[in-house]
Amino acid sequence: MNFAVITFPGSNCDMDLYHAIKEGINQEVNLVSYKEKSLEGYDGILIPGGFSYGDYLRSGAIASHAPIIDEVIRLANQGKPVLGICNGFQILTEIGLLPGTLTNNRQNRFICEQVGLTVENNKTLFTSKYDFKEKITIPIAHGEGRYYCDSETLHGLNENNQIVFRYDSDVNGSVDRIAGITNKQKNVLGMMPHPERAIENILGSADGLNLFKSMLETQKSEVQ
Amino acid sequence: MILVKVYVMLKDSVVDVQGEAIKDATHTMSYENVSEVRMGKYFEIKFDNNSNDLEKDVDEICDGLLANPNIESYRYEIVGDIQ
Repeated sequence: MNFAVITFPGSNCDMDLYHAIKEGINQEVNLVSYKEKSLEGYDGILIPGGFSYGDYLRSGAIASHAPIIDEVIRLANQGKPVLGICNGFQILTEIGLLPGTLTNNRQNRFICEQVGLTVENNKTLFTSKYDFKEKITIPIAHGEGRYYCDSETLHGLNENNQIVFRYDSDVNGSVDRIAGITNKQKNVLGMMPHPERAIENILGSADGLNLFKSMLETQKSEVQ
Repeated sequence: MILVKVYVMLKDSVVDVQGEAIKDATHTMSYENVSEVRMGKYFEIKFDNNSNDLEKDVDEICDGLLANPNIESYRYEIVGDIQ
């Protein structure tokens, strides 16, 4: 499987993601600049965490108009897997590939800690290696991670099983303790916790590794 | 040159945590009579020429970039010719 990690000015988890793919699941991976306009040949698109454009205006707002974005939307609409982590999640909501918005944490401060999550849907290409309702530990590191959407959108997310990860406690004021959601087609996942920072026990948790393994396993089963 | 002043505010349904922190600071300044602060953003945009449909352009810039319609609302004033 060949992954693209898209780097924006201010991305800072790009190498963590690169490492997770290269060393975690031994697959091909390249860093691709936000200035590029083609993602031809890639079968997994990863949008890393960080502070694209210094979070100017709103987190993810300026990145959502970068040259590469039209291509990300094109591949997402083709059904290719697209994963946005932290700032990547914020960018995916600003693009409109995922509903809702990430805004300032309820306690209005940056939070950096290991958090407990529950896998709410293990029937996605990102979570097939997890058990349903599995409890996992993955770190968060964000100031603007409070997921917000209106009640109609929330109803739709629940109806369509788009809520994939929930926080076990109310860590940032997110509606319905949402930590990660997919689009309706389930090929685009956005999540605030950092699975790429939880792929080896030496990092404090290896619970994130199964997310990348799930992507790989799904792709292999589709090729066969 | 046309000047457009744009004001972006969080919708009332969204908790403004920065506004709350600012309100708390006014209380530590002893202004106990401050009951609420809501924080917004203010933009001044200059256009070289009056386009055929300036309001359409400003709406598109606001909807697509300056404001996030999920959580924010905006209004603007077209100030007119400035030197």
